[in-house]
Amino acid sequence: MINRFIGGLLLALLALPSYAAFDVGQLMADLAKHKGGKAKFVEKKYISLLDKPVLSTGEMTYTAPDRLEKRTLTPKPETLLLEKEMLSIEREKQKLSINLSNQPEALAFIDSIRGTLSGNRAALEKNYFLHLAGTTEKWVLTLLPSEPKIAALVVRITVSGSKNQIRSIEYLQADGDRSVMSIEPVEIK
Amino acid sequence: MSRAGRSLLLWLLAMLAGAAIVWNSRFTADMSFFLPAHPTAEQQVLVDQLKEGAVTRLLMLAIEGGDAKQRATLSRDLRSRLEKMSEFVSVQNGEAISQNADREFLFQHRYLLSPAITPERFTVAGLRTAISDSIDLLASPAGMMLKPLLQRDPTGELVELLSRLNAGSQPNSSEGVWASRDGERAMLLVQTRALGSDTDAQEAAINALRSQFAASATSTGLTSTKMQLSGPGLFAVNSRATIKDEVTRLSLISTLAIVGMLFFVYRSFRLLTLGLLPVVSGALAGVVAVSLVYGTVFGITIGFGSALIGEAVDYSIYYFVQSGRNGLADWRERFWPTVRLGVLTSVCGFGALVFSGFPGLAQLGLYSLSGVLTAAIVTRFLLPQLTGNDIRMRDLAPLGRLLESGIHHIHGLRWPILALALAAAVTLFIDREDLWNPELSALSPVSKADQDVDMALRADIGAPDSRFLVVIRATDREAALQAAEQTSLRLDVLVSKGQIDGYDSPARFLPSQASQNARRASLPTTADLRPNLQAALKDSPLSDKKLEAFIADLEKARQAPALERETLNGTSLALAVDALLMQNPAGWSVLLPLRPGEQPIDVAELRTALAGSDALIIDMKTEFDKLYNDYLHEAMLLSLGGLLAIVALLAVTMRSGRRLLMVMLPLVLAVLIVIAGLHLIGERLHLLHLIGMLLIVAVGSNYALFFDRAASNHRLDPETLASMLIANLSTAIGFGTLALSKVPVLHAIGATVGPGAILALLLAAIFVPRETRS
Repeated sequence: MINRFIGGLLLALLALPSYAAFDVGQLMADLAKHKGGKAKFVEKKYISLLDKPVLSTGEMTYTAPDRLEKRTLTPKPETLLLEKEMLSIEREKQKLSINLSNQPEALAFIDSIRGTLSGNRAALEKNYFLHLAGTTEKWVLTLLPSEPKIAALVVRITVSGSKNQIRSIEYLQADGDRSVMSIEPVEIK
Repeated sequence: MSRAGRSLLLWLLAMLAGAAIVWNSRFTADMSFFLPAHPTAEQQVLVDQLKEGAVTRLLMLAIEGGDAKQRATLSRDLRSRLEKMSEFVSVQNGEAISQNADREFLFQHRYLLSPAITPERFTVAGLRTAISDSIDLLASPAGMMLKPLLQRDPTGELVELLSRLNAGSQPNSSEGVWASRDGERAMLLVQTRALGSDTDAQEAAINALRSQFAASATSTGLTSTKMQLSGPGLFAVNSRATIKDEVTRLSLISTLAIVGMLFFVYRSFRLLTLGLLPVVSGALAGVVAVSLVYGTVFGITIGFGSALIGEAVDYSIYYFVQSGRNGLADWRERFWPTVRLGVLTSVCGFGALVFSGFPGLAQLGLYSLSGVLTAAIVTRFLLPQLTGNDIRMRDLAPLGRLLESGIHHIHGLRWPILALALAAAVTLFIDREDLWNPELSALSPVSKADQDVDMALRADIGAPDSRFLVVIRATDREAALQAAEQTSLRLDVLVSKGQIDGYDSPARFLPSQASQNARRASLPTTADLRPNLQAALKDSPLSDKKLEAFIADLEKARQAPALERETLNGTSLALAVDALLMQNPAGWSVLLPLRPGEQPIDVAELRTALAGSDALIIDMKTEFDKLYNDYLHEAMLLSLGGLLAIVALLAVTMRSGRRLLMVMLPLVLAVLIVIAGLHLIGERLHLLHLIGMLLIVAVGSNYALFFDRAASNHRLDPETLASMLIANLSTAIGFGTLALSKVPVLHAIGATVGPGAILALLLAAIFVPRETRS
């Protein structure tokens, strides 16, 4: 409780100066205007057990407000599809479907990215304290889990971007491992 | 001792002997009523499954009411209570504890369980591929589960094992326990210790379950919650209760109605009591015959007793009423031949059923056949001795004369009746496609409400629709498991081609000893493993120095004892193995249920894939449909055979085509009108209606025969007419009572023969040749 209080206070203080120029509300409004598109991604996972990060690359397609497809091409093809509350993973011949409404922790995790993509502030604030820094051109949104159950999995999520385009997402896991995903939008010609 | 006294004593002794046999008979209300007496190999699998299969020991529970948290609390409490009880072998509610036990089992025994374990797996190249696959998996969200295990299981055997299980069919979960699809109910799966065919034990288990739920709801303070239950055990218990209840209720209704009517007619307790002697004897003889021939008596057979009462009482009615005026000798000479012919036509009808491969039907046939015969014999030989010539029957001539004048008036209905029958025939012809209910379930005594609950719970718990099964038989468990593994290899090809989504196999959790030995032999010694591992991980991000736990685990696995069925105790995997690996008198059988993919399963492809093996491919739905169609087809043949026998019997006795025609015409018309009538009020016909048609002819011919007898040489006197009406009413009451039954088998016969008997008399009266009219 005290942590939560301090966390909240900290965020409030940090958020204060940027209110005038660029705030979470404005960022969310900008993000909400983004109707979707295709992007390439490169994800690096830093795992303590391994001497080198594990690299994966592929494409992501977002269709507002609740469809996200992550198609990994290397090292192994894999398709991850999030549609409303259903998450399905297809890898080699395996296909797995999970109804997220039964898995609150996973849902909170997924909401961090989905909420950011769709500019859904309410969804984000349900599970995270939000902190925004930077300008419209170059912003960094930090999500700190407010629920202990989520905090046991992920310590911090850092999303950075420019205007309504997300450019990178970093997850810092509770066990010290982290993953960084860089996103490069593909212009539709 | 007088002759009458001796006869009575003899009768009493026979009755006592019969009662002793009945006392020692086994009664059942289980599915075997419907299961084929001479099954094909495919049907045998169904029979085994329905009688002894582990599935018959499963009960599905749903808890509704309250919120998700409350339901989860209750689910946990109930599980902990049930788990301690000897009635239940396994209780699952999706709690992490039980899932952890499964995962722990798979992880601990992964080197004996994983089909990927071969000597090549631990060569430099094998290790390199397996470990780099695992590292690649870490890049995926699916790898989150693997990460904490990587140091012990770098080759990803657990992932390999889990990937073969059907994760898709796991029930939903909410608040850490299984929930229905809509999340509104908590779900549990319970396996009883008792076999599904042991209805007493199932009933005890279900009662224990209900009282534990009530206790659990009280102790957790969640009294607003309700429990729904379904499963084969519950079906058996409910069906038995329904049948028991109906046997009592229907017999009581029919007895009271018939006794009431007879008392009204006889106005004499003596005659009433004497008149019931043949009925009691017949009912007892029926059960005795069935018990002696089949060993087990079905509850439904006893339920048929209500109809038998109505039919068997006819003979004493004929005797009392017809011999009242002219005495015994006259009755024997003038009437008995007709009554006897009527008995024989009834015997032809019921006798045809005895040849049925549908055990329930054969029993009904034997029961009625012996009952009717005994009643007739007791009437003919015992009653006269007890009554002598002193019947003192009330004069029923006034009633008879009333009927006589009635018959005069209804003769004009001949053409309208023919027109009605023609309309009935046309209706039946036009609607011939939708007359019949094509499902075996039409005969099932399981109520519609129970079936609906079952469907809903099944869907909620994600029970796979295993319509297709591959079945392999073997002499012992090891051979069965080896055969399962061989067949798995062929099925894997179908999975990789996408023709099936997957399949289940007991060998997945309990590999054959041969496979276990081969896998154990593939595991390298620590001395052999180290250099290979070092070489394999030379350029890998994972250093071999971090894999000491892996090396230790492999060494442990090399020395671990073989997996036995007992090793699985305490996991839900034991349940799966028991369900799929069955011992029966003929040996062992393995079931491999197939899960369809996006397209339905192509049986031809399946046959090709399994060609040359002993595996049997079974489509449950086709088999059930085929079973029912076989029954239906057979019932048609038997009905035709019975009909032919009756016609032949009448032809031989009458030696006149015209007389035969006059007897058969009203019966055929009655059948047409009754069937069309049932169709028009919305009954879907099934094979018992068909049998009912035969019985209309067999039973109804008795009345037509009296008219025929009158036509040929005797005048139809008023007493005879009255006796026919009374006998007809008692038969209609007996069969008609069955129409009240909720058991489809009894209902169908009752709804057909009840009205059919009345129509048969009415039409016989309408079509009686004009010259016999007085």
